[in-house]
Amino acid sequence: MIGSLRNVVYFLIMAGLIVLVGQMQSWNVALSILNLCLISSIMALGVNIQWGYAGLFNVGVMGFAALGGLAAMLISMPPVKEAWAAAGSGAFIGFLIFIATAVAALLVYNKLAKGTLRSTLVMLIVIVGGVLLRIFFDPTTTAIEKVNPAATGFLGGMGLPVLLAWPVGGMLAGAVAWVVGKITLGLRSDYLAIATLGISEIIVAVLKHEDWLTRGVKNVNGIPRPVPYEINLQNAEWFLSLCERLGADPVTFSSIFVKLCYTILFATVLLLILWLSEKALRSPWGRMMRAIRDNEVSANAMGKDITARHLQVFVLGSVVVGIAGAMLTTLDGQLTPTAYQPLRFTFLIWVMVIVGGSGNNWGAVLGGFVIWFFWIEAEPLGIWLMDVMTSGMATDSPLRLHLIESAAHMRLMTMGLILLLALRFSPRGLIPERTQQ
Amino acid sequence: MSYLIGDQMTGGYGGADILHDCTIAAEKGEIAVIVGPNGAGKSTAMKAVFGMLSLRKGRVVLDGEDITKLTPQDRVAKGMAFVPQNNNVFPSMSVQENLEMGAFLRRDDIDTTMEQVFELFPILKEKRRQNAGELSGGQRQQVAVGRSLMTQPKLLMLDEPTAGVSPIVMDELFDRIIEVARTGISILMVEQNARQALNIADKGYVLVQGENRYTDTGEALLNDPEVRKSFLGG
Amino acid sequence: MSEPLNAFVLLANFVLVPAVAYGSQLALGALGVTLIYGILRFSNFAHGDTMAFGTMFTILFTWWFQSMGLNLGPLPTALLALPFGIIACAIFVLLSDRLVYRFYRKQRADPVIFVIASVGVMFVMNGVVRFIIGPDDQNFADGERFIIKAREFKQITGLSEGLAIKVSQGITVVTMIVVVAALFWFLNKTRTGKSMRAYSDNEDLALLSGINPDRVVMVTWMLAAALATIAGTLYGLDKSFKPFTYFQLLLPIFASAIVGGLGNPLGAIAGGFVIAFSEITVTYAYKKFANYIVPGDWKADGLMQLLSTNYKFAVSFVILLLVLLFRPTGIFKGKAV
Repeated sequence: MIGSLRNVVYFLIMAGLIVLVGQMQSWNVALSILNLCLISSIMALGVNIQWGYAGLFNVGVMGFAALGGLAAMLISMPPVKEAWAAAGSGAFIGFLIFIATAVAALLVYNKLAKGTLRSTLVMLIVIVGGVLLRIFFDPTTTAIEKVNPAATGFLGGMGLPVLLAWPVGGMLAGAVAWVVGKITLGLRSDYLAIATLGISEIIVAVLKHEDWLTRGVKNVNGIPRPVPYEINLQNAEWFLSLCERLGADPVTFSSIFVKLCYTILFATVLLLILWLSEKALRSPWGRMMRAIRDNEVSANAMGKDITARHLQVFVLGSVVVGIAGAMLTTLDGQLTPTAYQPLRFTFLIWVMVIVGGSGNNWGAVLGGFVIWFFWIEAEPLGIWLMDVMTSGMATDSPLRLHLIESAAHMRLMTMGLILLLALRFSPRGLIPERTQQ
Repeated sequence: MSYLIGDQMTGGYGGADILHDCTIAAEKGEIAVIVGPNGAGKSTAMKAVFGMLSLRKGRVVLDGEDITKLTPQDRVAKGMAFVPQNNNVFPSMSVQENLEMGAFLRRDDIDTTMEQVFELFPILKEKRRQNAGELSGGQRQQVAVGRSLMTQPKLLMLDEPTAGVSPIVMDELFDRIIEVARTGISILMVEQNARQALNIADKGYVLVQGENRYTDTGEALLNDPEVRKSFLGG
Repeated sequence: MSEPLNAFVLLANFVLVPAVAYGSQLALGALGVTLIYGILRFSNFAHGDTMAFGTMFTILFTWWFQSMGLNLGPLPTALLALPFGIIACAIFVLLSDRLVYRFYRKQRADPVIFVIASVGVMFVMNGVVRFIIGPDDQNFADGERFIIKAREFKQITGLSEGLAIKVSQGITVVTMIVVVAALFWFLNKTRTGKSMRAYSDNEDLALLSGINPDRVVMVTWMLAAALATIAGTLYGLDKSFKPFTYFQLLLPIFASAIVGGLGNPLGAIAGGFVIAFSEITVTYAYKKFANYIVPGDWKADGLMQLLSTNYKFAVSFVILLLVLLFRPTGIFKGKAV
């Protein structure tokens, strides 16, 4: 009872902090922080499923989030007709080769028995497919990238509602997780960590360099929103009358209104995933997962297929991260491949899970809120602190300039320290895992 | 008084006691063997003597000195040597390096001791440059025993040295152990192959559920009809 | 008739020489990872940033020496600063062991906890490096640039292709050979080195033999810091120093260590060269080479590049996956499955 009371207090403090930001800075800032807190919480939930339920260390959260972002862009952007025309049959052939490779690899994988032969064949198929793709598809990509490069230069997407991208992003992330997990799970835990580190670097490299797909570093702007645009609201009768009744400025309130819409969407997803996670954790499946995590040897002796269960949980967690990644890109309204930094997308999420409480879904959610809040608010705080500390020096002193300039890097160090301190002194986190008897 | 006494030892690995007033002793230059059914606490008794679990009651005395509070490492320095049942060699190091590691704490010249070990186990001399991990099970046991002899111990403890080796190798290993004892080293040994072990034992301890059931010379135990019926299969 | 010769020189210039240098750098990095793995039994994610950290101090000392007018003539001043960089790095790394890892070692914590802790250490080191020297490129190479210049080579041989060997590449290879020889001598011939191998082989038995674990761990960290600083400085001399690049080197270094067999020093060296050669041969554009060796008027269209350099990390990754699929213990048998 005391524990749950304490947890409620934690969340109330968090809510209070956001309200404080609303009062002190502005409600716009408060709501943007809240929205990103919600998305962070979902990512943290995904990582918690992998780490808290099964003890899997995924160092590639960034890659799975990026896949979600890619899905958001591919689903919602309108197709670029000229680019498709320029691509001509090349796009079709490329697509065909891609599908044929995937089908052949899966077929071989399913038909043959586990062993060196199967692994060799699958690898060969993938390599041959890759080479064919390069030979036939490379000219096409050049053609696509030549179409109005300043504005498009890519194939565009499917022009479907962006909300559809959320589950699709999850599925995309899950599919990649399946392949990585299939190879590395069952070996030492370090290998999964290293492999996920690698795959996430590669996914982001693809996003950065395959201009025909993502416009690369030129970013894809103007991803359609699932919520109204401010400018439309400001011209809508019902909105203006609402503003009048509330006595609010239509311009400010329209932006708050849009953010509120996002908040509702994100909160719905968060609650849904949280509910499902809690349900899973309490199910026989969840009990089995924890039994495996706590004692692999005895679980193995009881005839549990540990590797298969780990694969399941790894894919599930990655799906959740993918969904969150798609939501983030939806909120940003643009796909920015260079924004995918391991610090922001992998390690920050880990700090959230460790600080919040590994193995406890509510802990992960709280961690998402707390850490994101401080991540955002730490920067002005740090710069202010540096300013105060160096106020005694001359304004043009090179040391002072260097220190103020370097304040941004303090975030790295602070996050590292928080991770180390939490791991050492509060390894069970703010909301520890419930130990059922 | 015996050279080594584990006197009325009571204790376990933190949970319930495994040993109950268990007493084990070994004389200078003699072979003492601990036998008994599975789960009788044989290995535990030996580990208690070596300080690998903390005793709730009782004490361990070596050469008149109470060593109950010492760590295993300190007991090595006092002249005890222990050969674990499994993982008892450094697999990726050569036989010679294994022996050198046995003498890690010694600062004097170890060549004579190594020659003695090679005399005892000639096959090791032959394979001195080979990695211990590449040897057969019996040879690896010889490396393990050889390694522990490098400290020039006064007491050698062996945890099931013949587990998993063929009967011929077992006989040879026992012969070597007798030779070691003849040089004046006390030997305390846990064995599954009770009949063969008691054959070479000066003293035998039959443990059941962490308690001494029978204690006598090896020969007497072998001839005791009760012991034969219950523990030696008739 | 000099066409095949030209083709060979071309390949030597753009593939062979860079790959040997890069392979040496990876080998030194992987040796550090593999040592830590062998003794402390976890994959040290902070190793890339340890390299950056040590290199940073080497650079700072280099600048200081340069400002005093100290130099080594044709050789880069960084070689003079290297020992100081190593000492600074070793102090920091030992401090991190004392404050972070030792606690988990006493607890006998799960390896994955060590890995997470090393991620935390990585952050702190990364932050310190960026705080002190900034996130930008730093060039600190001085002295002669080339052992052989392409132009001189052409004049001497009369070939139309030139072969250039940079001083940094020569230094890299020589240093690697010296360091590896010293390391293997240390591990195989000295008492401390042997005790490290014993500890890595069988921790419990090492304790029974009276080997002091704290000392083994301390020596290991110092060696890892030295290897990391040397690898990082050589890489920085050869290319340039940028903190983020060093973080990215983590993947090829891990791949090298795993390909060779984690915990096996010989494997780490072989793995470094396997990764370096694969990466460079796969991302090299063979257009000119093909034009030399294919007779007649045939001209290659396109670059004839198997993989764009943007994806060079994919090469390490694919090799890593192949090894995990077919031989998880690595080419030379490592410790881990």
